[in-house]
Amino acid sequence: MAGKNLFNKVWDAHSVRELPNGQTQLFIGLHLIHEVTSPQAFEMLREMGLSVRFPSRTFATVDHIIPTDDQKRPFADPIAEEMMIHLENNCREAGIALFDTSSGRQGIVHVIGPELGLTQPGMTLACGDSHTSSHGAYGSIAFGIGTSQVRDVLATQTLAMGRLKVRKVDVAGKLGRGVYAKDVTLDIIRRTGAKGGVGFAYEYAGSVVESFSMEERLTLCNMSIEGGARVGYVNPDEITYNDLKGKAYAPSGAAFGRALSWWNNVKSDSDAEYDDIVEIQGSEIEPTVTWGINPGQAVGINQPIPRTSDLPDAERAGHQEAVAFMDVRTGEPIAGTKIDVAFIGSCTNSRISDLREAARIAQTGHVASHVRALVVPGSQAVQKQAELEGLPEIFQSAGFEWREPGCSMCLAMNTDRLKGREICASSSNRNFKGRQGSPTGRTLLMSPAMVAAAAIRGNVVDVREVI
Amino acid sequence: MSERKIGTASGRACVLRGNDIDTDRIIPARYLMCVTFEGLGEFAFEDDRKEAKGNHALDDERFNGAKILVVESNFGCGSSREHAPQALMRHGFTAFIGVSFGEIFSGNCTANGLICARLSPEDVTKLMESVELDPTQEITVDVESKTVSSKAGTMKAEIPEGVRNQLLEGTWHATGVLLDASAQIEATARQLPYVNTFVEISD
Ligand code: SF4
Repeated sequence: MAGKNLFNKVWDAHSVRELPNGQTQLFIGLHLIHEVTSPQAFEMLREMGLSVRFPSRTFATVDHIIPTDDQKRPFADPIAEEMMIHLENNCREAGIALFDTSSGRQGIVHVIGPELGLTQPGMTLACGDSHTSSHGAYGSIAFGIGTSQVRDVLATQTLAMGRLKVRKVDVAGKLGRGVYAKDVTLDIIRRTGAKGGVGFAYEYAGSVVESFSMEERLTLCNMSIEGGARVGYVNPDEITYNDLKGKAYAPSGAAFGRALSWWNNVKSDSDAEYDDIVEIQGSEIEPTVTWGINPGQAVGINQPIPRTSDLPDAERAGHQEAVAFMDVRTGEPIAGTKIDVAFIGSCTNSRISDLREAARIAQTGHVASHVRALVVPGSQAVQKQAELEGLPEIFQSAGFEWREPGCSMCLAMNTDRLKGREICASSSNRNFKGRQGSPTGRTLLMSPAMVAAAAIRGNVVDVREVI
Repeated sequence: MSERKIGTASGRACVLRGNDIDTDRIIPARYLMCVTFEGLGEFAFEDDRKEAKGNHALDDERFNGAKILVVESNFGCGSSREHAPQALMRHGFTAFIGVSFGEIFSGNCTANGLICARLSPEDVTKLMESVELDPTQEITVDVESKTVSSKAGTMKAEIPEGVRNQLLEGTWHATGVLLDASAQIEATARQLPYVNTFVEISD
């Protein structure tokens, strides 16, 4: 009999029962919440007269609405303050741990889970945010869920879910110089399309993924959802285990040893079956940039933006809409496109290794005079580490603003936003119309190193020319 | 806790063209600054509507009062925000017909008793043309028989079996169903080594 993959092992271990409708009732080992998608869920619970079933399995942080210039309370925006108060009250009432700015542990929900050792192999994890797939980097099965499902997890610690198919995405060989995890994920989405992964969980494998650090794996898994896959994961290995050692919520001492045997058990068997396999050569991946309005509309830095006439009929209308909105020239490369704003941050690329790499490039020059450049660390812990390493000084003397942690310009729910038709080189994960706060603003997704290089040149540039 | 059984949705339809319409477009992030879903209806597609200067499907008088939204492919992709189906529901829609839907979006729809019915691309095109020709016609989505009927005829629709049962049985509001398994939830938790700080690993 063929072996099992991690997804199915974890799924089976967490299956409470099969529901009459064919779905599985799945136990959720870790639930993370934030201020935007949880208040309505707590309200629904109250209306139903229910309480939180396993309060010790839910953790809260504040990230989406938090200002990144001045985080003193009350927040300048009264609605942001109101949302914060709701979160505080809900957590207090339910007995849920909240990592607020005074905790030293606050940050973007997908940055702090791994940082604190809350995210562990073999777990199921849910959060009311689509980029929850990030946590799969540790070999967990992590779902982004809606608010009604947040209610379900609060009330029962379970979800009604349909089992996903599993696609192995094998990235073989080695990456070239100046090519990062972000380029790998953008390349995968470019090949498979923004909906190519619908119905699948992605198991990332191959020598490129195996040699990735945990931070690189987080970047890779983070964007699974942008390719349509609800879940993305990497099998745990020595890199995973070494990373977990000593973290606040990771098992320690003898428990760590016992944890290891469970973690090794949930890995995909070497003869595991998959519903589909995609193979990519790492050496073929170039620094990749999006030119359109969904993350699948991306090109290698020196490749021409496709012409509408080169595409199948079904894609032409969407392509034309993107070309018109972005005002890009098809048939020509994206390199050389002038930018107005540079944003380094978000749950995709705001960890210490991202900031180190960006700082290394920032050191080579000064932000172009027409560019506004922002660096927003993903968490207070990242911020502190960056300070220890002197990164804020490097960024500031190169003309970047150094901010307090939060989601910031990834979705612009605070005052960090584009104005008018501005073009932003961004290390975040979504280039949807209006995503960065201006309905007509334009986003070019790329690696943080590429953002830093673009900030300095004032236009999109191949980072390999800079490093 | 049994909810309303949902067998059909019918009413006039609104045709909204475009693939990959994401939830950021359905409800821009600034409207996520709220602690309740109330009042979101009027902000559905606000930026797209402004950009279209009155030419957006939701502002098209022919489609006034429509209960059914006909879309193309990958509608509702992107952010998990339940604010998106909530805004459309509060705008008056009870069902969506399209080639395909974002996965979290369609899950959120079910959780609110909204129907997402999939048709073949050819049938969506036919339906859109028919509605545009006669916007006053009544469209019916039948969950039981998995069909969409209009002047263009009766078309075979796809609704996943599990979702279909939830709608028909009134169990789409999942919490009640999940609560029924209280003892089994405890039993599953006891089996998971990490829930028990790895103290006793069975097997
Ligand atoms: S950084 Fe962006 S994508 Fe990540 S959690 Fe925050 S808003 Fe969502």
